[in-house]
Amino acid sequence: MPAQRTWRASFRRMAKVAAIFAVALLAVAAKPAARQSTAVSKERYLSPIEMVSSPDGRLLYVVCQDSDEVRVVDVPSGKVITRVAVGRMPRGIALSPDGRQLYITNAWSDTVSVIDTAPLQVVQTLPTGAEPSGVVSDADNTTLYVANRLSGDISVIDRKSGQETKRLLAGRGASYLAISPDGKWIYCTHIYPNAGPFRSQPNSEITVIDTARQTVIERKPLHNVAGVFHVALSADGRLGVAAQLRPKNLIPLAHVEHGWAFGDSLTLFGPDVSGTVQIPIDELDRYYALPWGVTIAPDKSKIFLTAAGSESVTVIDVPRLLKTVHTRRQQFVNDLSASADYVLARIPVGHNPRGVLLSPDGKRLYVANRLDDNLAVIDTNSDKVISTIDLGGPKNVDALRRGERLFYTAGFAFQGQFGCANCHLDATIDGLQWDLEPDGFGKDIVDNRSLESLAGTEPFKWNGGNPDMPTECGPRTEKFFFRSQSFNQQQLTDLVTFVYSLPYRPNRYRQPGGRLTEAQERGKAIFERSRTKNGKLIPEMNQCGYCHSGPKYTNQKQVDVGTGKLTDRSPVIDVPQLSNVAYSAPYLHDGSARTLEEIWTVYNPKDTHGVSNDLTKDELNDLIEYLKTL
Amino acid sequence: MTTKSPNYCHPERSRFSGGAKDLLRVLTLIIVALLPLRGSAQDMPLFRWENFTTANGLPNNHVFCVLVDGQRIWAGTENGLGLYENGAWKVFRPDADQKLQSLAHQAVLSLALDKRTGDVWAGTMGGLSRLSAGRIDTFTQLTSGLSNDIVYGVGVQGDFVWTATAAGASRLNTRTGQWSLFNNRNTPMYEIWTYSVSPAEDKVYYAVWGGGVLEYDQKTERWKNYDDPDGETEMVVMKDQGLIHEITTSVSYVDKMLWVATYFGASRYDGRYWHNFLTKDSGLPSNFLNQVKAIDANRAWFSTDKGLAYYDGANWAVYRPALDTHKPEMLVRDAAGTVKKIPVQSAPAHNYILGVDFQGDDIWVATAKGLSHGIRQKSPVETAQVLTTHKATKKK
Repeated sequence: MPAQRTWRASFRRMAKVAAIFAVALLAVAAKPAARQSTAVSKERYLSPIEMVSSPDGRLLYVVCQDSDEVRVVDVPSGKVITRVAVGRMPRGIALSPDGRQLYITNAWSDTVSVIDTAPLQVVQTLPTGAEPSGVVSDADNTTLYVANRLSGDISVIDRKSGQETKRLLAGRGASYLAISPDGKWIYCTHIYPNAGPFRSQPNSEITVIDTARQTVIERKPLHNVAGVFHVALSADGRLGVAAQLRPKNLIPLAHVEHGWAFGDSLTLFGPDVSGTVQIPIDELDRYYALPWGVTIAPDKSKIFLTAAGSESVTVIDVPRLLKTVHTRRQQFVNDLSASADYVLARIPVGHNPRGVLLSPDGKRLYVANRLDDNLAVIDTNSDKVISTIDLGGPKNVDALRRGERLFYTAGFAFQGQFGCANCHLDATIDGLQWDLEPDGFGKDIVDNRSLESLAGTEPFKWNGGNPDMPTECGPRTEKFFFRSQSFNQQQLTDLVTFVYSLPYRPNRYRQPGGRLTEAQERGKAIFERSRTKNGKLIPEMNQCGYCHSGPKYTNQKQVDVGTGKLTDRSPVIDVPQLSNVAYSAPYLHDGSARTLEEIWTVYNPKDTHGVSNDLTKDELNDLIEYLKTL
Repeated sequence: MTTKSPNYCHPERSRFSGGAKDLLRVLTLIIVALLPLRGSAQDMPLFRWENFTTANGLPNNHVFCVLVDGQRIWAGTENGLGLYENGAWKVFRPDADQKLQSLAHQAVLSLALDKRTGDVWAGTMGGLSRLSAGRIDTFTQLTSGLSNDIVYGVGVQGDFVWTATAAGASRLNTRTGQWSLFNNRNTPMYEIWTYSVSPAEDKVYYAVWGGGVLEYDQKTERWKNYDDPDGETEMVVMKDQGLIHEITTSVSYVDKMLWVATYFGASRYDGRYWHNFLTKDSGLPSNFLNQVKAIDANRAWFSTDKGLAYYDGANWAVYRPALDTHKPEMLVRDAAGTVKKIPVQSAPAHNYILGVDFQGDDIWVATAKGLSHGIRQKSPVETAQVLTTHKATKKK
């Protein structure tokens, strides 16, 4: 009997130990992924994004965004033969009409690098507006046109003097340019929608420039469009095509099927279609997210379009497309069955395919697989990838790169409709307000916010409901966004690592050395004040610097500052960080304030969001000048 | 009439021989040719007037301002902004559903053209609007750094857009989006009701209603004020000693000459000397001026409540419906003060003139009862022909 008791006692002890061990295992498994520090060493990837070829097609000049260089590829051998360092975050490229010069826009240096193609050296650097993106040269190579994404305008640069002669007003997020074959017109597209009334349909435009007068002569309206990417013209100039998104941001994100979150589409324009026509490229049960790079075959037989979120290239039969357009006189962009009439093929390529380029003879299509550091080479006859050009980036795919791939892919969403980058275009914003959750139409409207420099700004979500990034991007994403599978633990960790690594973009309002202008100094004093102008003490919790404190200008608390709307379930909001607030209009948690001014002139009648009603107009202007520097 | 012997009338002449007389004639001609090129009264511009009203599609007959943009004519009226192009009017008015993407307010007080970009800026009673290739963006005091929604004047200078508002001056840097405000706190302005702005070259001038004229120097970024030395009185004690009056309505700075319109006369300032114009000593039909618009240092047009006046540096011309008969009238006053009536068949729509702009040799005129297009009759010969025709008609 004593042996039996001993055995039972031992068993109970072992069971206890096992239970404790099991609980510990569960606890470890359930523990959220550790927050990754931004100080993670990372490989210096290349991230090829755009390219042009030499006139004879023997060389490819590839813009490598993350390595701040242009890599030159010898096409016959498929090898990189040289590298040319340019400015920070290069984004666009153009070749002069005589092929002797390359123009590279440096998005974070606000310059254009001029490369002489003979010695392959930078010979000149030209100033531009804020965040230059697309670039084209006029037919005479006397004038450069540069689309400036952050300043929403187009720099007109005289090549002889190297100076900007004027800025032309474009739309918000001016990014991509194309010149007509006869050199008479330049077309500009925009990644953000133009400003509009609160909770109204998004609208964008194609800005048309007359190169003879160097003025804007037309703005082609794009209704229900927000996010327009590359634009291309056919060789005969009769057909233009722009890649675009049609977001359904005014209704809850509950009806993902049938394309009711995002529509991937093209706008066609030019004499071949009379006016502008929008066409769908998705299918009823499959989407081709983030249509980005586009080009038209020289014989106008095909359109090639990258789907930057779906790792593929869509091939469109142009004659069939035009026949469909002319037959179906009514708008059909929401008819997802229509693409079957003209889509020829979907060619799988690499991660986050961006720019496309046809060889001069039209036989080869080069696709920049941005997150693979290579170029896919497609035979345009068979519509198949026949080779890959390795640009020589790191072979190791680290957590940041894995995370970036997850950020850009739509592969996790229901039927592949969208990924993080659909709303956070190039990891920024989309300029829209969203009705995200299925809590009723028009409830809890939220403004899309930038993702730069997020570490130390927890919690997340407009009301602070998500304590950390893994919660923000984890199962919640599956439930409320993707309506499909979500990330596994490793993927979530990688994604969070990437999101936290997104740096603070250059702020153009700051002076060199961090100095402030006189107006900004005055504004800073107002921001930091503790008393009203008549000497009355401002309660600490209503001082700007109380909530907007710390390096990211958030104390990470949730407060009610009187900006809640009747449509909000609660007026309590998470104090947002103010990093680069100048670039993230509209404002307030729901995007109801279209400008910084409106935060106080319209939405602070009772001085609950800081004391502002004693300020003169001059003083409010000064405060805003200061806020723009944050 | 008998002709007396030149020798009898002018004994001195008997001293000159025939050759000397020829020389005298030549010298006279040379002297006359070397005189400053001031037109004679007979050379004053002659126009045939075409008038536009709501019957033609003009949005409203009360026209505050007019702007010529090549073949396009913009008219700012009390109820809408009109664009006349290819023989037809297009009208812009605010859209309540698109407040910041439509015209700020239906009452358009001022217009300016950015010649580099082709954008048109409209100052209204409800904010400032920019029209650019069909798109309208509106700035108000609530949504931007604009000082006040009542934008009386607007002017473009390079990348800057200057506005004259009811609460001071503001300047928008179109490249950076920064607004700068100028008022009694940071300028010599003691009245903040700015009425007109004229930016040109290196200076910007403001007409401050009740506050004289302000000058901004682009290079030094400093302000300077010009006031009536007589103070705020209607007397002109110190003529030509300074600005004619504090209640200024318009400034025009061209060829380094500043012209100023006031409710009590006009002034011209070359940087050193002032010259004032009143009805009693000039061809101004009225001292109540809504606008002055200069062509160059010598010539300017004055919009008054009693007609449109033109000054060529010596002579004056006035164009209007006659105050008593309302029939077309053109008056010409020469440097000696002699006034003649020139027979004309047409006149501006009304004698209350609010502003002008030029289209080559033609002139467009904003009046209280319509918009007028003065089509220039090209040469003085035609003027003579008109006179001849008139005489012939009278004889019949």
